[in-house]
Amino acid sequence: MDNKALDIAPLEIRGPMHSTLRHDSAHKHVSGTAEYIDDMPEPAGLLHGALGLSDRAHAEILSMDLSAVTAYPGVVAVLTGADVPGENDVSPSGKHDEPLLADRLVQFHGQPVFAVIAETRDAARRAARLAKITYRDLPFWTDIDGALANGAPVVTDGMTLSRGDARAALEDAPRRLKGEMRIGGQEHFYLEGHIALAIPGEDEDVTVWSSTQHPSEVQHMVGHVLGIASNAVTVNTRRMGGGFGGKETQGNQFAALAALAAKKLKRAVKFRPDRDEDMTATGKRHDFLVSYDVGFDDEGRIHAVDATYAARCGYSADLSGPVTDRALFHADNSYFYPNVHLTSKPLKTHTVSNTAFRGFGGPQGMVGCERIIEEIAYALGKDPLEIRKANFYGPKGSGRDVTPYHQQVEDNIIDRVVSELEASSDYQERRRAIIDFNRNSRVIRKGIALTPVKFGISFTMTAFNQAGALVHVYSDGSIHLNHGGTEMGQGLYTKVAQVLADAFQVDIDKVKITATTTAKVPNTSATAASSGTDLNGAAAYDAARQIKTRLIAFAAERWNVAPESIRFAPNRVEIGNKETIPFPDFIRLAYFARVQLSAAGFYKTPKIHWDRAAGRGTPFYYFAYGASVTEVSIDTLTGEYLIDRADILHDVGKSLNPALDIGQVEGAYVQGMGWLTTEELWWDNKGRLRTHAPSTYKIPLASDRPKIFNVSLAEWSENTEATIGKSKAVGEPPFMLAISVLEALSMAVASVADYRICPRLDAPATPERILMAVERLKAART
Amino acid sequence: MASIIRFLLNGEEVALSDIAPTDTLLDYLRLRKRLTGTKEGCAEGDCGACTVLVGRLVDGALAYEGVNACIRFLGSLSGTHVVTVEHLAGSDGALHPIQQAMVDYHGSQCGFCTPGFVMSLYGLWLSHENPGRPEIERALQGNLCRCTGYEPIVKAALAVTRDRPSVLFDPLEKTRTEIMARLWTMQVNERVTISKDGLSLIVPSSAQDLAEVLADNPQATVVAGSTDVGLWVTKQMRQINPVVFINHLAELQAVDLSSDGIRIGAGVTYSQAMEVLARNIPGLQPLLWRLGGEQVRNMGTIGGNIANGSPIGDMPPPLIALGATVHLRSAAGGQRSMPLENYFIAYGKQAREPGEFVEAVTVPRPARDAHFAVYKISKRRDEDISALCGAFHVVLGEGGRVSHAVIAFGGMAATPKRARAVEKALLGKPWTVETIEAAKAAFDQDYQPLTDWRATADYRQLTARNLLTRFYLETTGEPQELKRFAAGEA
Repeated sequence: MDNKALDIAPLEIRGPMHSTLRHDSAHKHVSGTAEYIDDMPEPAGLLHGALGLSDRAHAEILSMDLSAVTAYPGVVAVLTGADVPGENDVSPSGKHDEPLLADRLVQFHGQPVFAVIAETRDAARRAARLAKITYRDLPFWTDIDGALANGAPVVTDGMTLSRGDARAALEDAPRRLKGEMRIGGQEHFYLEGHIALAIPGEDEDVTVWSSTQHPSEVQHMVGHVLGIASNAVTVNTRRMGGGFGGKETQGNQFAALAALAAKKLKRAVKFRPDRDEDMTATGKRHDFLVSYDVGFDDEGRIHAVDATYAARCGYSADLSGPVTDRALFHADNSYFYPNVHLTSKPLKTHTVSNTAFRGFGGPQGMVGCERIIEEIAYALGKDPLEIRKANFYGPKGSGRDVTPYHQQVEDNIIDRVVSELEASSDYQERRRAIIDFNRNSRVIRKGIALTPVKFGISFTMTAFNQAGALVHVYSDGSIHLNHGGTEMGQGLYTKVAQVLADAFQVDIDKVKITATTTAKVPNTSATAASSGTDLNGAAAYDAARQIKTRLIAFAAERWNVAPESIRFAPNRVEIGNKETIPFPDFIRLAYFARVQLSAAGFYKTPKIHWDRAAGRGTPFYYFAYGASVTEVSIDTLTGEYLIDRADILHDVGKSLNPALDIGQVEGAYVQGMGWLTTEELWWDNKGRLRTHAPSTYKIPLASDRPKIFNVSLAEWSENTEATIGKSKAVGEPPFMLAISVLEALSMAVASVADYRICPRLDAPATPERILMAVERLKAART
Repeated sequence: MASIIRFLLNGEEVALSDIAPTDTLLDYLRLRKRLTGTKEGCAEGDCGACTVLVGRLVDGALAYEGVNACIRFLGSLSGTHVVTVEHLAGSDGALHPIQQAMVDYHGSQCGFCTPGFVMSLYGLWLSHENPGRPEIERALQGNLCRCTGYEPIVKAALAVTRDRPSVLFDPLEKTRTEIMARLWTMQVNERVTISKDGLSLIVPSSAQDLAEVLADNPQATVVAGSTDVGLWVTKQMRQINPVVFINHLAELQAVDLSSDGIRIGAGVTYSQAMEVLARNIPGLQPLLWRLGGEQVRNMGTIGGNIANGSPIGDMPPPLIALGATVHLRSAAGGQRSMPLENYFIAYGKQAREPGEFVEAVTVPRPARDAHFAVYKISKRRDEDISALCGAFHVVLGEGGRVSHAVIAFGGMAATPKRARAVEKALLGKPWTVETIEAAKAAFDQDYQPLTDWRATADYRQLTARNLLTRFYLETTGEPQELKRFAAGEA
């Protein structure tokens, strides 16, 4: 053995759990060498696909003349629903309500009707515009008001959560208020649009590279559409240029079309819609109309809440069931409702089918909840923070610890998070100063708000809470890591590699991160619900544990020592006090001793269960908490505004990688801020989305982020449940920290009526909505 | 006559004779050169994922500017140096300090926008010794990131500024002299024409040659910055033929100061015009900083903003309010001038004869005692298209009465248009709150705006009125506009 190496043996490996480490691809991102699907060397004879989209919101197709499309130079094939050998359906809900290509009925403006396959992408795109389709128009509605007015059906059954007697408590409450809030949707605007590349193989085989958060579902959909078994389909995903939920189900259609064309034409086919088609033909965050009725007392304590959450779901179910469920699961945010009745209405509209988006309905549930808090505060003339504190869940066993879905909140830390942030942000003093400022300022007004977040972690569909990993240790001691999670920028690959490095006690650069593929780890869940690290980290840990168990057994026998005396030290293995062996040498010995150095790891989340029909259970393994304070200025002549400062304290348990976690928190806040301020989806009276590119749909810029941005993790927090490294999920919860932006804007508006009227500011709070709210309050104060 | 476009791409000389007039630089890089570090995010110049630098000789110096490769046509690159992200790292793979800072500060997550950010920051690095937060944010107005919330990117940019290493380590600084010499040899003094599949691009050799080209091809599309025409191609898939490029013509790049005002050639970009305009007419500075993103300002021209006749272009309202004159030229008619407001006749219709082109615009400096301001209202503060844009130019004469009032708006009618009824309600009146309040009603006579995705008609009308109030308050010495950074703040 190389004793010299041992003399300088490190005390710690590079990249263990709980260390700050750059994203595994950072150096490739900045140099342009990180490979996205469109950057891959193209297979010889590659063909390109483009979509033919409907230009009606709801119509029967009477005839389709595609002769000009077919005749366009370079066009190889034109596909319609009739060309689908299996099922012409890509609905992830199993409801069979989402045709790959609409064949008789179109149900939204921009629905794919046919696909053109051509020698170049340019030819495919140009040809796709030459179709002559005749329609018979049918009545349509594109928004929630239209759906309610037309008695629209639901796309999937709604849910009801109920505890206590809300109706009686509302009637008995000293005070009672009713109102409505409109909350807009949101386009994901991942910078890399959807893309799929399919390469046909022997027999029925096909390999698909897909920019998807859910390779297993893409695999199933491709099989379903082609009428072949899953074992003939391999789906690979190395990285996405952003996902945010927009690639949980929406990539299915592009992958299925590419695979369909590839098998039919026996050539590789790539589908990359342009930005406008991507925004038109793929789903977004659901808009909501929240109708609330709240009973409370003079101290601002809530006695009862009755609320209905109606959602614009689009034409099919997609994920609208679980999205609207999650809205209800978060309609309490961090507050105890002694009596509560909540109902969801997943309404059908003639728009693109809405889908998952970071928070998955939770943000809308929570925004509605915080409106209720505001209503109470303005009615009582109090600081909304006072109302919040009066209604926080109590400690476990306090009698104020049960959610509307009958789960006990066991890990409540919201009091501590909020009080620490209130102090560190100097909230009270700044609020006083702002009220003084507003008294003396004619045009510019300021506002400040502190809002909390409590977010439930786990898929509410219990079966999805499972994960697999495949770990190989090669005979040179290098490690190959694969798991079912996908990388969309969040740093999942880095965190899971840290778990593995930590488990084997080897430097992280000895762990090779590999692309997610259905061929290595089967039956995976979407990388969604913030669950990526919890599930896949634990599965990788399990694989490492299996290999280590075998290694320990081998070493105990070979050196004749007690298994407990074998220790995986940094980059070496200590055999009791007998010998210390560098890790690669130890592995080589194990290989020659015929130890299996590969393992498939598995994990399923314990404890959780959910009975949707009864509205009862423990759908969440634990909760993640956080709070934010935002200060804004508005111009009461134009409604323009600036975000002056934000302070955030967020709970990620014991952070696996603080740099990545802070990146998630900051990015989520700014994305949430965009949702609640400048990002507005606008359909015209033909049902056509007119904000379908960055020229018309405005996500935040660097100059929109808070001018002062103080972000901290609650370093004292550890997950009370046995998650990997006692960490907590981080993808979605901080998105809802941005609710304080909306409420700070609302306070600035309220100043024009001396804070006596709740501004009822709807989202997104564009300059126009701010100005109109200012005008409304000015008119009402006199 | 030549039929070849020559430019430098990173270290390599490129000579193209087989290109269509609307072939984009981005497709060329990705599809033909397999330089895939430059990404397509939107294909409309709004996200910056395709940012590359284009170096060109301006007044004897080599200036590198960030541009959007997705809407940049190959035909416009004659005699330039195109620099992509692949050119930044050393041959040993060592990252450029900007790239290293982006890694160290965790400035990338999904990484797709990152090369564009790196290139924008590199453009800033080459043009500013010591940028602060306002300069960094302006340099990044044309770059969208959906993951990070931008904070680590700005931190990286500030850190690079603090620890700026010697120019010897910079791939473009160390080759500046050599590249200049190579570009000099590539400058073309004759007309270039390339035809492919019946479509032609023409690069005229002079303004006179341009006039002759247009006389022969009155249906031609004149392209300067292609920040608008680029979208006709990438979004509407319009076939335009022939395409005439004018961005290289030195005669159209001139900025001349005279007693008449500032004469700006039609090929002058916003970035080039910014300094002289802001110095002479300080009221224009805030608007210029909010017009497009940096890449658009580096490509787009004031001449183009006028020539395309858009009702929501940002330059016409202030230029009309300032009394600007537009200069037109053609081979047959020679040169003629008219007040800019007369150029806009109706939606999609301008006072430009077939074969005629916009040669320049002259902007008079406001009188020393004049009040002038322009206000842009948009959903997002930066890099957005105006919901409305109002410019106010008022002179107070004897007894504090209004002796001159020109008010013009974009976004309120089918063309950029003066508020003549409002002006009339102000003229001769004392400059008081009462006069302002009385004049507001006249907006209804001047404008009947539309509702669209940028704003409702009600909001446009109400805000137009309120902007008059803002203007009035500011003339009384009470600044009322929100500003992210105070003057001089770093």
